Amino acid sequence: METPFEALRGTGVPVEPAAPGDAPRWVAYPGTTAEVAALMRVSAEHDLAVVPSGAGTKLAWGNPPERCDLLLRTGRLTSLEHSPGDLVVRVSAGLPVGTLASFPGVAQELALDDPLGAGTVGGTLATAVAGPRRFRYGTARDLLIGVTVVLADGTVATSGGRVVKNVAGYDLGKLLCGSYGTLGVVTEAVFRLHPVAPERRWITVEPDSLAALDGLVAALAASQAEPSAVEVDWPGTGSAPVVAALVEGTAAGERAAAVRELAGGHPARVRDEAPGWWNTLPGDPGGVLCELRLPPAEVGRTLREVTACGPVRVRGSAASGVLWAAPPPDVLPAFVSAVRDRLGGRLVVLAAPYDAIEGIDRWGPVGALPLMRRVKERFDPDRRLSPGRFAGGI
Amino acid sequence: MPDTALDEPVRRFLEILGPGSVITDPVRLRTYECDGLTHHRTSPGVVVLPETAEQVAAIVRVCARHGVPFVARGAGTGLSGGALPRTDGVLVVTSRMRRILSIDLPNRLAVVEPGVTNLAITEAVREQGYYYAPDPSSQQVCSIGGNVAENSGGAHCLKYGFTVNHVLALEIVTPDGDLVELSHTDPGYDLLGAFVGSEGTLGITTKVTVRLTRAPQAVTTLLAAFDDVESGGRAVSAIIGGGILPAAIEMMDALAIEAAEAAVACSYPEGAGAVLIVELDGPSPEVAHQFAEVRRICEENGAFELRVAADPAERAAVWKGRKSAFAAVGRISPAYIVQDGVVPRTALPEVLADIERISGEHGIRVANVFHAGDGNLHPLVLFDDDEPGAAERAELVSGRILDLCVEHGGSITGEHGVGIDKSRYMTKMFSEDDLATMQLVRCAFDPEGLSNPGKVFPTPRLCGEAPGVRRGAHPLVESGQAEQF
Ligand SMILES: Cc1cc2nc3c(=O)[nH]c(=O)nc-3n(C[C@H](O)[C@H](O)[C@H](O)COP(=O)(O)OP(=O)(O)OC[C@H]3O[C@@H](n4cnc5c(N)ncnc54)[C@H](O)[C@@H]3O)c2cc1C
Repeated sequence: METPFEALRGTGVPVEPAAPGDAPRWVAYPGTTAEVAALMRVSAEHDLAVVPSGAGTKLAWGNPPERCDLLLRTGRLTSLEHSPGDLVVRVSAGLPVGTLASFPGVAQELALDDPLGAGTVGGTLATAVAGPRRFRYGTARDLLIGVTVVLADGTVATSGGRVVKNVAGYDLGKLLCGSYGTLGVVTEAVFRLHPVAPERRWITVEPDSLAALDGLVAALAASQAEPSAVEVDWPGTGSAPVVAALVEGTAAGERAAAVRELAGGHPARVRDEAPGWWNTLPGDPGGVLCELRLPPAEVGRTLREVTACGPVRVRGSAASGVLWAAPPPDVLPAFVSAVRDRLGGRLVVLAAPYDAIEGIDRWGPVGALPLMRRVKERFDPDRRLSPGRFAGGI
Repeated sequence: MPDTALDEPVRRFLEILGPGSVITDPVRLRTYECDGLTHHRTSPGVVVLPETAEQVAAIVRVCARHGVPFVARGAGTGLSGGALPRTDGVLVVTSRMRRILSIDLPNRLAVVEPGVTNLAITEAVREQGYYYAPDPSSQQVCSIGGNVAENSGGAHCLKYGFTVNHVLALEIVTPDGDLVELSHTDPGYDLLGAFVGSEGTLGITTKVTVRLTRAPQAVTTLLAAFDDVESGGRAVSAIIGGGILPAAIEMMDALAIEAAEAAVACSYPEGAGAVLIVELDGPSPEVAHQFAEVRRICEENGAFELRVAADPAERAAVWKGRKSAFAAVGRISPAYIVQDGVVPRTALPEVLADIERISGEHGIRVANVFHAGDGNLHPLVLFDDDEPGAAERAELVSGRILDLCVEHGGSITGEHGVGIDKSRYMTKMFSEDDLATMQLVRCAFDPEGLSNPGKVFPTPRLCGEAPGVRRGAHPLVESGQAEQF
């Protein structure tokens, strides 16, 4: 009887034993969709649990998988096919999202900011992470127009295609956004691109208090100068927030001046460079990171209310109502309950040291969880893909 | 003949809704026998007109208990037969669910019932400087529930995206009759995104939260006349290649212009082989700059006349011909098929030339109206239904156009959906495995296959039972009418 390791090796894909003490037993480095499919078929035959991984920037996010026999590294999935005339790009899942920020010879970009810097296409889709310009361009799910995925049994499926406008069949790409590697291994994605803005300006405003935040953010977001992003950075209790808006495109200077007019008397200036905190996550690597979702008009009130919990650094897309928060581990329980129970906001603890997360429901209530579970049961009935990574045993 | 299997469900519907909201009279049922794709007709077994989400849920629970299929219907403007009813089933019509439940400008959203028309949302917030961005040409009548089901677009989706990009949350009734909220704030699988565009096959939408968009500071609309479609097409490529993302770029060819002229006297420039409508919107300084660019590009590519609409009245005049195009071909042809396919924009010249060739080969005229910016073609295939064989030839030409779209890496539908009309083309675009994977989603939501069955997917498939519990083969499988999945 062939051992699982021999069978994995038999696919011809590079597979190595993992370092002793690591959770997975083996690590595989497929270079094509067909190789991923071959690995998944062998894994199905040998009942191996598989965890896909890109650059590993978000491996600490979500629950640790209950079981991991094979770590599937996507680093060799790096093909790229750019169709400049159609403003689309087809890429393999292992490429960093950052490589799609520019293309040789033409001013086009994938208008998706990656606050982690090195995240791959696959990992970005799986965790549905996005940065400041979500306000204008949406997130990966809005820019994704086609996807290729390998299912737990090795089936290769595509949906969507290479054209932006397309309503044929279900959009599997959407389903995979936020799936944390529990539904399938994304191997390829097709994105729509946007022209790179010829000019950019940032308008920073320093309101004197949190009380002024909501009015300010609402005014900037509603500006007909059309900012692409309206972000907030709040160093925590006792300090005042900074708001920054980005204006991109033609006549950015003139438009930025119009946006600055909306600062309502708070100190404001226009700059050519982004503030240092722009498109970065608050807190330290290895520390606590939460994602909050609130109605945009309640951001200021929420920050005021959580002040009582202790020091919490908050940053993010105020105008979209999506914020990152980094409370110290000992503040986490009070912070979670303040946001969820008292303020009615949605909060997910993305990453936290083991002892800090104990006793806390990482995901909070998810209304559609029963339906998600049914989707998981159809796609991966044996629970072999990143089992337990997401809420409710998914 | 009414289906006796519906007797008990109808009794229950009467209890839930009262007699004024349940239609069984065959004459009245005929009102609902088709949607905008009028050559497919079936009288529904029964029509129900619920007024609340709870009523919809109760109706669906009755259907689930009795194994009765149900089809949702909004305004019935769909062009792919998605709302085609079933004689053995229930048609759930949302026309009495027309309340705008709340408007929240500070958070830029509105919560509406599914029967609210697309335009009604914009009208409710226009004075405050907002609008609902997706604008299908049918927006005066089509329902938001229908838009969600079809992931409808509009002329302005080139810049602003489709329904899916503007829906923040849905309340749905699942095919078991549960009320569930799918929200953009949920972590995990983007079920909201997967539900949008599922054409009523995953459940019934009972509430929609839409994003409201700030009205642009400036709008400029330009009409450019060219000698032929090729030069118009070159201008489109140059505009997009120049880094400009207009709100809309629409093109009409000579035959489409002729039809529009006959129908609405839109007075487009005489002798034009093609007209291009380019609409720019956004901050005034940006629009002014881009307008100059677009004008220059059109002139460089041979535009022989340019008209600029500066105010809403002039803009309406420019759009009049384009917006009337579908109906207008009725003036130049006794019958026609509205096709909807997509090609990569760079393939447009080649595909248009191919369409012309195919049209010539079969002696069937094709008028072209299209969303040029995103390669979404709406060829209008013209024929005389009194002429023997003409309808078949038109059908053939129409199908060949879809083949061309697929061959060039495009899609069999850009906005009208698959419905009943194109389910047989799905296998041209997707592999067995692709379709089987989509079917997994269907089975997760609707294992009994009761929600709008027979639409979107080519073969009726059944969802396998839960692992371990095998019963006898399904009768449909035994008779070879369905595949077990
Ligand atoms: C003249 C004309 C112009 C058009 N222009 C455009 C255009 O520019 N862009 C575009 O995208 N489309 C266009 N359409 C097509 C059509 O208007 C859209 O598809 C529209 O979204 C359908 O809405 P409806 O309310 O009429 O839906 P219906 O025709 O009643 O139903 C369409 C589908 O939605 C399902 N459905 C309806 N309500 C619900 C619900 N509450 N829950 C679940 N499923 C539901 C039905 O089962 C069916 O499958 C046009 C149609 C016409 C006739």
